[in-house]
Amino acid sequence: MTVRWLRAALAGALVAALGLTGCGGGADESPTGRDGGGPLTVFAAASLTESFTRLGKDFEAAHPGHTVTFNFAGSSALANQITQGAPADVFAAASPATMKTVTDAGDADGAPAVLVRNQLVVAVPRGNPARVAGLADLTRPGVKVALCAEQVPCGAAARTALDAAGVRLTPATLEQDVKGALAKVRLGEVDAALVYRTDVRAAVADLDAVEFPESARAVNDYPIVVLRAAGNPAGARAFVDFVRSDAGLAVLTAAGFQAPPGG
Amino acid sequence: MIRPVCRQRTPAALLVPAALGLVFLVLPLVGLLVRAPWTSLPRRLAEPGVLTALRLSLETATAATLLCVALGVPLAWLLARVEFPGRRLVRALVTVPLVLPPVVGGVALLLVFGRRGLLGSWLDDTFGVTLPFTTAGVVLAEAFVAMPFLVIAVEGALRAADPRYEEAAATLGAGRWTTFTRVTLPLVAPGVAAGAVLCWARALGEFGATITFAGNYPGRTQTMPLAVYLALETDLEAAIVLSLILLTVSVAILAGLRDRWVGVT
Amino acid sequence: MTALLDARLIADRDAFRLDVRLRIAAGEVVALLGPNGAGKSTALRVLAGLHPLAAGHLTLDGVDLDRPDRRVWTPPERRPVGVVFQDYLLFPHLSALDNVAFGPRRRGADRRAARARAQGWLDRVGLGGQARRRPRQLSGGQAQRVALARALAVEPTLLLLDEPLAALDARTRLDTRAELQRHLGAHPGATLLVTHDPLDALVLADRLVIVEHGRVVQEGDAATVTARPRTDYVARLVGLNLHRGRADGRTVTVGGLTLTTADPVRGEAFVAFPPAAVALHPARPEGSPRNVWAATVTGVQRHGDHLRVELGGPVEVVADVTPAAAAQLGLRSGQPVWAAVKAAETRAYQA
Repeated sequence: MTVRWLRAALAGALVAALGLTGCGGGADESPTGRDGGGPLTVFAAASLTESFTRLGKDFEAAHPGHTVTFNFAGSSALANQITQGAPADVFAAASPATMKTVTDAGDADGAPAVLVRNQLVVAVPRGNPARVAGLADLTRPGVKVALCAEQVPCGAAARTALDAAGVRLTPATLEQDVKGALAKVRLGEVDAALVYRTDVRAAVADLDAVEFPESARAVNDYPIVVLRAAGNPAGARAFVDFVRSDAGLAVLTAAGFQAPPGG
Repeated sequence: MIRPVCRQRTPAALLVPAALGLVFLVLPLVGLLVRAPWTSLPRRLAEPGVLTALRLSLETATAATLLCVALGVPLAWLLARVEFPGRRLVRALVTVPLVLPPVVGGVALLLVFGRRGLLGSWLDDTFGVTLPFTTAGVVLAEAFVAMPFLVIAVEGALRAADPRYEEAAATLGAGRWTTFTRVTLPLVAPGVAAGAVLCWARALGEFGATITFAGNYPGRTQTMPLAVYLALETDLEAAIVLSLILLTVSVAILAGLRDRWVGVT
Repeated sequence: MTALLDARLIADRDAFRLDVRLRIAAGEVVALLGPNGAGKSTALRVLAGLHPLAAGHLTLDGVDLDRPDRRVWTPPERRPVGVVFQDYLLFPHLSALDNVAFGPRRRGADRRAARARAQGWLDRVGLGGQARRRPRQLSGGQAQRVALARALAVEPTLLLLDEPLAALDARTRLDTRAELQRHLGAHPGATLLVTHDPLDALVLADRLVIVEHGRVVQEGDAATVTARPRTDYVARLVGLNLHRGRADGRTVTVGGLTLTTADPVRGEAFVAFPPAAVALHPARPEGSPRNVWAATVTGVQRHGDHLRVELGGPVEVVADVTPAAAAQLGLRSGQPVWAAVKAAETRAYQA
């Protein structure tokens, strides 16, 4: 009993430490969750914020009685919360590695499916003052680059892409997430950052994206799965089917994602 | 050592909330200890990145504290001893870093000391000095968030200190500067020490302003809190180990200092 | 004798204004005596340079230290002035020796010379063996002597003492007062002693300057001041009944009462007599005393080995009676009595 209590406290402390707000009130033993609707809690990678918010509304419209609550954060943080017992019905991660944490812990109901894929681009300030045309330009003296830390998916992908291109690069900083990297581009502290194409779409006003061929070598899959602890498993499955439908994919591709191969 | 002041029983109305408060503060630490991967601990400690981050943390926190003492003690003196218009406003401004989310503080620092910042661009053009993404930038970010702790502690000590000692020093031939160094400063030394300890502790745990202003690069700007945060992305146990190291080292240093010069008389 | 200190101190403190003329000769000890709030401390602070003059002048040894009309101002650290503060203000972080060496050191002596001089002063006040002690390890009397040594170690032209004995218990005060007298006697410069204790003033000072409400109300040596007080405050200090009235030869009319006195005086005059000279009777006494009036007891207090009786009536006076006499009279508040004072025991003088 003590250990369980401690575990709950630790999960709470983690959530607080990560500065997350409102991880959704969804899983309070919902009695209405059999199949006719009810509350649904979706944990989703931060890069899905815009598209999933939109898809949530569409889903609620198409499935009256369902209400969807989202918790958007870094995939790893979400995975930690799930393995620590945070209540959620669906998990959409930004990388297979973070999804693996959840499946390894036995918290997934069934095998994850690939929802979409995302590719890296070089984000530069509007007008590209440092004239970055490809990965090789990032090694020019005087060009400051922000990467994501390798512990987060965009950093791992950047490492793969740079290795594939044979580019050796000393970045100015290894940011904790995509938003940190983009903030430094926006503020002009760095000349370029390797981020996902969808991230530049969301910030299109003051950033430009430079595509580069090596990004094909570091394509990132976004897996999605229904969780074992789901209080509303039927609703959870309906939601996953909905976002994987053609209509769902249309919303996602409009945001810069690519449809999964053979999807 | 616990020695009861008198034979009276400690009132439960104080004891119960005091105990709850202690439990509340200590329990998260217990949580870390319970979940710590004790078997793999030696191997994890030996990983090179760990010691690098620890050393960088200790060095930058100490440098930030020195910077805070050098600038904050005179500032506290000004607030405590000199009447000037707008003093209340200045006092409020000093506490701004306390209420500002550290990440916002980091952005603000970038806007001033960044490559295109108000001062940063001038520093870069004139001296070729850039602060973001450097160890000096870490020190600056830590000093920014930690300075209020020092200023508030020292100002409190100065207000509590009897200004008539300074008058006595003046009648003995000491000018303002000599009075400050020979009389005022020794009188408020415990306050300065307490402030410096708070300042150091705050600097050691600094995360938001540091990662925003100085970024994260191992050996240069990656302090322990940054390393912990990133470890949390992939490896909870590594994050726990790093947290425990940071806690152990800082508690050991603070306890050592307290006995030596924050001094129980 | 030319004055070493020559000052007209005019200073403002909130709504209070101090205006005091002060002259002190070399080697002279002057006591500035007055009730709380009379402006004694302000005068001392002005002399030390801790409070500015609003007008007037402060000239020490021929040099203007503070003279607003000529824009002359010398900060405290450059005045040849030593101060013994009321609660001494010994620096708690320094030893007795370093406290005393602080002044010489600031005034240019190197560390060794300053310490040698400090040791000499500690020896002179009898604390040579306590040089290493911190202030909190010293007794009250010792701390007072260290404070005196610290003030004297800068060899000040003007020595200021602010209630130097007030913080001591009665027994220590007696010893310390005697010793202080010795050191003040040896001080070649001018000395100003600020006190509200008449005994300190009488024992330690050559001359008294009494201030009330920021003004000098009386000035003179101890004998003159004690014999002829000019304000109620001074009269209380020296323990006399004092009344102001109109004199006409050997009578002074005070309120509704005419008192016969031994001294001939005319016009506005003071009449003073000690409480012990007032005799109390249950009925109107017959015979010699000419000054007799009906009074009412308003209060009785123990005062040393006798009782002090406060009387209301045509004039308010206090009378000292023995406990035996008090018992015989059965004194209590509100009781009517007859008061009598012999003319020979009164003193009348021009107001």
